[in-house]
Formats: sequence, C-alpha cells, structure tokens
Amino acid sequence: MERVKQLASERAVVIFSRTTCCMCHTIKTLLGGFGVNAAVHELDEMPQGREIEHALARLGCQSTPMVFIGGELVGGANEVMSLHLNRSLIPMLRRAGALWV
Amino acid sequence: MSSLSTQLASLRGMGLYEPFHQISSWGDTFRGDGSLNIGSSTGAQADTRLDNRNEYASHESMEPTRGEQESSRPFDKIQRRLAQNREAARKSRMRKKAYVQQLESSRVKLVQLEQELQRAQQQGGYISSVSDSSHLGLIGNMSSGIATFEMAYGHWVEKQHKMICELRIALQAQVTDVELKILIENGLNHYNNLFRMKADAAKADVFYLISGKWRTSVERFFLWIGGFRPSELLNILVPQIEPLTDKQQVDISNLRQSSRQAEDALSQGIEKLQQTLAESMALDLMGAGNYRAQMDSAIENLEALEGFVNQADNLRQKALHHMSRILTTRQAARGLLALGEYLHRLRALSSLWAARPHEPT
Repeated sequence: MERVKQLASERAVVIFSRTTCCMCHTIKTLLGGFGVNAAVHELDEMPQGREIEHALARLGCQSTPMVFIGGELVGGANEVMSLHLNRSLIPMLRRAGALWV
Repeated sequence: MSSLSTQLASLRGMGLYEPFHQISSWGDTFRGDGSLNIGSSTGAQADTRLDNRNEYASHESMEPTRGEQESSRPFDKIQRRLAQNREAARKSRMRKKAYVQQLESSRVKLVQLEQELQRAQQQGGYISSVSDSSHLGLIGNMSSGIATFEMAYGHWVEKQHKMICELRIALQAQVTDVELKILIENGLNHYNNLFRMKADAAKADVFYLISGKWRTSVERFFLWIGGFRPSELLNILVPQIEPLTDKQQVDISNLRQSSRQAEDALSQGIEKLQQTLAESMALDLMGAGNYRAQMDSAIENLEALEGFVNQADNLRQKALHHMSRILTTRQAARGLLALGEYLHRLRALSSLWAARPHEPT
C-alpha cells in the first residue's frame, strides 16, 4: 500500500495499466491528447505487480486503468470520462500541475 | 412430512394418484382457470383431513370445504379422498395437455416467423419492428439474454414512439413547464432503461450489440460502438432548439468538444483492440505456435469489448444528461422530440428502402 501511495505521488498524473489492456490505451490517449505527461506503470511488467494490484483492489479499483491525479485516486475509465464530460477533468489536471496551458 | 409420503406412496401404488407437488405447480401456471381451485385445494384439504393425527400442517391456503358434513367413518373418508384425488389428477392432466398444445402451436408459429425472416433477409429486406413478434429472430442461435433483449427493445421502440407523440402534443398545446418537466424526465428515464438493457445484453453477447443487428439498416450505417455518436447527436439537435443564449452556446460547444475527445479516445482504444487481436491470431500461422495461449489472450481481448460498449453508452447517457441541464425546459422538450423524431425517421427510411421495387437484372 505504501508503495502504491509512493508511486501515486511521484507525478501529477499516474496511471496503473496493463500492456494488454486496451481501455488503458484509451485513457492514455485521452490524457496524452491534453499534453499530460503521465507516469504509466504496467502491472504485468512490474516485479511487484501482483502486490500493487492487491493494494489497488483494497482501494476499490477493480480493473485497469486506475488513474491518480495529484496523488488522489480518481478512478477508472468510467470516472475519467465522466469527469471530462463534466468539464471537471481539465481543471483537476491544471490544479495538479499536469498542464502548462 | 414423512408419514404423508408413506400415505401418498401407498395411494400411488394403487395407480390412482399423481404427486401432490405436480398438481400445485400446474395450479400456479393456470391461476385463471376456474376449475383449478377445486382441484388443488381439495387435494390439500383431503391430505390435511387424512393426516390430522400426524399434525401435517399444509402450507396451502384452504378453501372452505370444511363446512361440509363429514362422514365419521374412515372408509368413507378414504373413498372420498380417492375420488377427489382422481378428479384432481384428471384436471391436472387436462391442464397439462392444454399447456403442451399451446407450446406446440407457439413453436409452429415461431418456425413460420423464422422462415419469413430468413426469406426477407435474403431479399435484403427489413421486417418492421411494428410486428414485434418477428423481432424474435433465429431463436436457435440466440442466447436467452439476447432473445429477452430483442423483445424488450421492440417494446422500448413502441413506447418511445408513444412518448414522442405525447411530447409533440404537449408542446403544441403549450402546457406548463411543470408538465413538460415530467415528460422530459420520463423521456430521459426511458433512455436510461435502454442503456441498462444494453448493459445486460452486452454481458450475454457483446457482438450482437456492436454489430447493430438489433437496429434497422440505416441506423446501422451510423452506428458507433453499438449506438449513436454523442457529438453527432448534438449537431443534429442544436438547430432544432435555437435560439440559444451565449452561455448555452459556449456550454454546448464545450460539451461537443469533450464528447468528441472522449469518443476519439474510445475509438482508438477499439482500434488497438482490433490490432492486438489480429496480431495474436496471425502469430505463427504456418507453424505450430502456441494455440492455447493465443486463443486465451484473444478471449481476454474480446472480453474487453464489453467495457468499450459500456463506456460508449456512458458517454451517450452523460451527453443527454448534460444537455438537459444546459437547456431550458421548453428547449429540452423540443430536443427530446427532435431526437426521437430523427431516430424514428431513420427507422422509417430503412423500411422504405427495404420495400422499394428492385430492378430486374
């Protein structure tokens, strides 16, 4: 859990992903399109991937992608998309310092 | 309970008695049948009377045949009970026969409809969803989840049509905003119902949803991940609900942009899925490869499709929701009417297209 918190805070936007997960690709594309330089951790390629997955599950994340903005858990694809349609995503990214413009 | 079974077993041995549970289950199926009540309750009543000593408490509600004069001689009791059982068994057999006949005739009708459908499909036609029984499709190949969805969707379209007519009348009659709000709420809930139905169908067979088999041909032409494209929707609606305030124009423009970005990201995700799937299927076509592993990873990919359809529906639902917030009551009502009318026209066009005379080759 500590490791998750540590990883989640090391950059403004952190995505826990899986190389085989195409929904992760969707979210990476969306955020990348805004110019966000997210830290992406591929759980299936990390040595401690399993434990991190368990820790994330305890936080309520069922599947990838899992997105942290400003160290706070935002959620999965559903949450990110909904926030964007809400026009809340970009302000959130800006507050976390993920966007320059 | 065990003593009852012994009693019943001995009666069964006489060949005069059908299992009690079967009587009551046919009874459940045919509630409206007048003769039913006598059969099931009498059987239960008789059992109770006979097994009083064994304190068998029947859970069936008893009809008031208790008021009848009872012969105190056990022999008469047994005779009466046997006669009642014979009667109940006879009625049960009749009900079962009627039920089976109903099933048989339904099956025949189903086969006829399937043949009709196949013929129409071969001619490149489209069977109107107005006769919603034909919406059942090829039952043999279809999971029950999809069959359920097809029927439910047929009803959904019919109800949608009624709601659109109601909305049109209300707008023309210049009803109050309060009344309009109710209609709008109903309209939005109706769409929410559709998204719920689709979520269930996606679990049963996501390809069915994505292929658009459940929609008419022209609707299918515009299909994007199992439904309409939210940003396109906004483009269609906006001219119908003008004039808009400056703020509304900005809000709608923002919504369109956000939706567009989300849609593009989803599209790219699906493209990646296709690419990944194609690659894993094409791996080592000439050689042995690892068939099992390739298939397993491909299955994982396909399972992800359900998530994409759900996300696409999420975007649709959110777009509708945000529009209803941005617009005034009157505008929202007109927007819903416009959307419903637009989709209705696409369906009507599909019918016309299918019915047009073909050129002889």
